[in-house]
Amino acid sequence: MTSEGLTIDAIENRADAIVAAPDSELAPNAKALAAELLSMSEVIVETWLEAKGQAPTQDKHEGFRLIALHRQAAKGNPSFNACRETCREAVYHHNLILHDPAAGDIARTIRVGAMVVRHLALFIGGKLQADGLGEFCCSSRPIRQADAIKPETAGAMEA
Amino acid sequence: MAGDMKYKKVAYYPGCALEGSGHAYNRSTKAVGKELGLDLVEIKNWNCCGAMEVKNIDPKIQTYLSARNLSITEEMGFDTVMAPCNGCYHNLKKAEYDLGHDETSKEVNQRLSSKAGHKTYEAGKVETIHALDWIKKSIGEEGIRERVKNSLQGIKVANYYGCMYTRPRHIFPEKDQGADSESTSKPHYMDDILAAAGAENVDFPLKTACCGGAHTLSDSDTSTKLVLNILTAAEACGADVVATECPTCHTGLEMHQIRAEKVLGRKTNIKILYFTQLLGMALGLSAKKVGVHENFSDPRSLLKEKGLG
Repeated sequence: MTSEGLTIDAIENRADAIVAAPDSELAPNAKALAAELLSMSEVIVETWLEAKGQAPTQDKHEGFRLIALHRQAAKGNPSFNACRETCREAVYHHNLILHDPAAGDIARTIRVGAMVVRHLALFIGGKLQADGLGEFCCSSRPIRQADAIKPETAGAMEA
Repeated sequence: MAGDMKYKKVAYYPGCALEGSGHAYNRSTKAVGKELGLDLVEIKNWNCCGAMEVKNIDPKIQTYLSARNLSITEEMGFDTVMAPCNGCYHNLKKAEYDLGHDETSKEVNQRLSSKAGHKTYEAGKVETIHALDWIKKSIGEEGIRERVKNSLQGIKVANYYGCMYTRPRHIFPEKDQGADSESTSKPHYMDDILAAAGAENVDFPLKTACCGGAHTLSDSDTSTKLVLNILTAAEACGADVVATECPTCHTGLEMHQIRAEKVLGRKTNIKILYFTQLLGMALGLSAKKVGVHENFSDPRSLLKEKGLG
């Protein structure tokens, strides 16, 4: 299954379905699911970039496009780093599944990987729901913004 | 690094949450400190760190509010302040960074400090540490192992650090400095402390993932789904307990665990405990002494089953 054309809501639903699937559906399809989960993660970050008017990069970083996409999205927007580790965990679980697709607990690994992707979908989907929502929570942004100071507020404190 | 005498007696900045929703964290932190022979001296007349609310209106005012707490710490004769709340810890660190790197922040701090009539705080005078640093660096794993009376053996823990303990990386210059330092990508201090107390830490991929804490009122459904995902992932990883080190994360996990059941019909059974509650019980303190009865995700049956109740 390709992830192209998927919306974040559809990815969330697909992740739900993977989490709920029985071992007998997951274990024999481990390699395909590893690829699908990684692809869905890329689509989530692509969606964010496109919503911000940017063309998603086709480059790879550390061997993965997802990491390159995250770096692109976080550039100039440090609050996006709140999902940096989630992206890296998505890559890690992809590798973990491919490392030993016949492992006895592979279905559990796939489910946890799907939960990581679901978290990315919820986090970025939540930030996209309303413009500006979620922009304030990761507080590195004001530190780096030269115009973050509001002198009129500081002035009011001195009045 | 363990046995660092300079952390044996530090100034204590509980922050607003620990006097309200995070009362059990305050109680268990103080109880653990006493049991470990560590002294906490609360900052006199402390004020709000600026939290997210002030920071989003004017980050320079937030820097000043945190700087005032650091100024009082210095005036009380301390060079270290311990803040157990991730938000407070983060804001004090941010103020330290701002005052060391941003001229406008320094200027605003100087003006407002003069107006308020207290000494202007200057960067570098006070070190801000978290409760995890305090215990890890002053007692260390070996020291904890020596003091354990009721091992946490048999309890599987997913350690949840939340987002503000390690981000943004540049305000935590002491992190990522080698094996003994904390990692911003894979934090491990809580894992180390609870493992020393006998717990089995599970491999948990969402240990620094967003819990939606800042959205809890403006977008409750997203927060509930984020928390539900964290809790179900912790269960899927085999954990009995999610250990926390932040009152906002802790309250969010507990409240949205209940909301997920009510609104989404999704029940999770995992228990949520502050790491100081788990450590305190391992050190021989009673469940009541560390405020377990104040938790919403009532862990008493699990604790009894594991011999800690």
